[in-house]
Amino acid sequence: MSAPIPRLEWKAVTKRFGGEPVLDGLNLSVEAGRSLVIIGGSGQGKSVMLKLALGLLRPDAGTVLLDGKPLPGLAGRAQRRLYDRAGVLFQGAALFDSLTVWENVAFRLTNADGVSPAKARIRALAALEQVRLTDAVANLYPAELSGGMQKRVALARAIVADPDVLFFDEPTTGLDPVTASAINALIVDQVKRLGCTAVSITHDLASARVIADDIAMLHAGAIVWRGRSEELATTDNRQVRRFVDGGA
Amino acid sequence: MTLAGAHWLTPVRATGRLALAALATVGAIALFAIRGLTAMFIGPWFPGQALRQFIAIGFYSLPVVGLTAVFTGAALALNIYTGGGRFNAEQIMPQIVALGITRELGPVLAALMLAGRVSATIAAEIGAMRATEQIDAMRTLSTDPFRYLVAPRMAAAMIALPLLTLVADIVGIGGGWLVATLTLDFNPVVYARSTVDFVEAWDVGSGLIKAVVFGFIIALMGCYQGYTASGGARGVGRAATQAMVSAGILIFAMDYVLTTLFTER
Repeated sequence: MSAPIPRLEWKAVTKRFGGEPVLDGLNLSVEAGRSLVIIGGSGQGKSVMLKLALGLLRPDAGTVLLDGKPLPGLAGRAQRRLYDRAGVLFQGAALFDSLTVWENVAFRLTNADGVSPAKARIRALAALEQVRLTDAVANLYPAELSGGMQKRVALARAIVADPDVLFFDEPTTGLDPVTASAINALIVDQVKRLGCTAVSITHDLASARVIADDIAMLHAGAIVWRGRSEELATTDNRQVRRFVDGGA
Repeated sequence: MTLAGAHWLTPVRATGRLALAALATVGAIALFAIRGLTAMFIGPWFPGQALRQFIAIGFYSLPVVGLTAVFTGAALALNIYTGGGRFNAEQIMPQIVALGITRELGPVLAALMLAGRVSATIAAEIGAMRATEQIDAMRTLSTDPFRYLVAPRMAAAMIALPLLTLVADIVGIGGGWLVATLTLDFNPVVYARSTVDFVEAWDVGSGLIKAVVFGFIIALMGCYQGYTASGGARGVGRAATQAMVSAGILIFAMDYVLTTLFTER
């Protein structure tokens, strides 16, 4: 029997900036329904990996596959189909300043899916409830919220259209430990509830241990280790040990 | 010593690099303009966004355009009166003021005011969205930023500026009329009659055509500089300045081209 096609796969991906390779023939895949966390130091190319998977950057060589089909070269409707299946939580939340909280959450529904504002608002409020936010914040603007609340709103926006794949870019960066722990718990809850595939990048090991089924370590443009979440503590891989012990 | 290592070639190389960079920028702006225009004419459209931008660009620019026009019209009248006086031709002042305002100063001054007020604002808004990943977020929410951000601003500026130019024409001619009747002893009715009889539809129309083109330039430079901004807050500030300066220069250059075309008509 042939192996199942991964939900998402980076295949021999190379990406250079100014001639310098950030990713160098990188290979990695994640199976459907799994939560993969990519760890690594700053400047190792974690965000680049995510942007390649989202079609926001194009690889110089290699390809990124979604359900076995290549992403690079996608345009128009094909790219729309990718984004219809994806939800993204950006590092700085990336909420639209000029829109209220509920309008942010309902953005995809009203602007891309043709859902009426009344129905979109109902769905947005339901998504806000999923991330433990009440109706009281719905009419506030992002600037009126704390960093943790902004992350929750961004998570609500990512899950409102029931995506198949969720991407998390440094979900706990800049948050205090209590808020970070709450965001981690919400991520685990939502990934389980939706039964979706999750790809996260972080250098926060505490967060990685909570939200990951599998962990991969990115170093010098390549994946140097991959294993189950619980194997992170016991692996004798030199780069992982340096990262974990240095960061613990 | 090889030719490649020759020191005397350094200025040539630098000039070549500059020329290539300038060509690349022109190409990038042209492609950006084509994408923006395509998004403007081919849906899906965001009429709510376009209306919001029309109010921000057009309505809120009314005071600055009106004030600029009234003072310019008044100063123009005084200058023409002085110049005309040297040839005993003061009586042609209403006609020259009307011609100068409708064909040239109305559209150019309204456009320059908008270049300062609107182009920089657009660049700062979109640049800040770029810096905080809001544009990437918009794409991942299945919404094309060219349709949601660029096309509504282009459409709004291309509609708002001709309307502002009409206001500038009326207020500018009014400024000349005020000075002429209050300080230069012109008969108010005769002045107004001379203006109305002299001005042709093409005088106003050619100014409005200029305004449509200037509106496009203002929105294009604001959107382009903002969309391509990099380097955080400093980059956003730089984008705002570059948008204003480049829009201003392009307005003057395009004004000359259009005036040449219209004069040959």
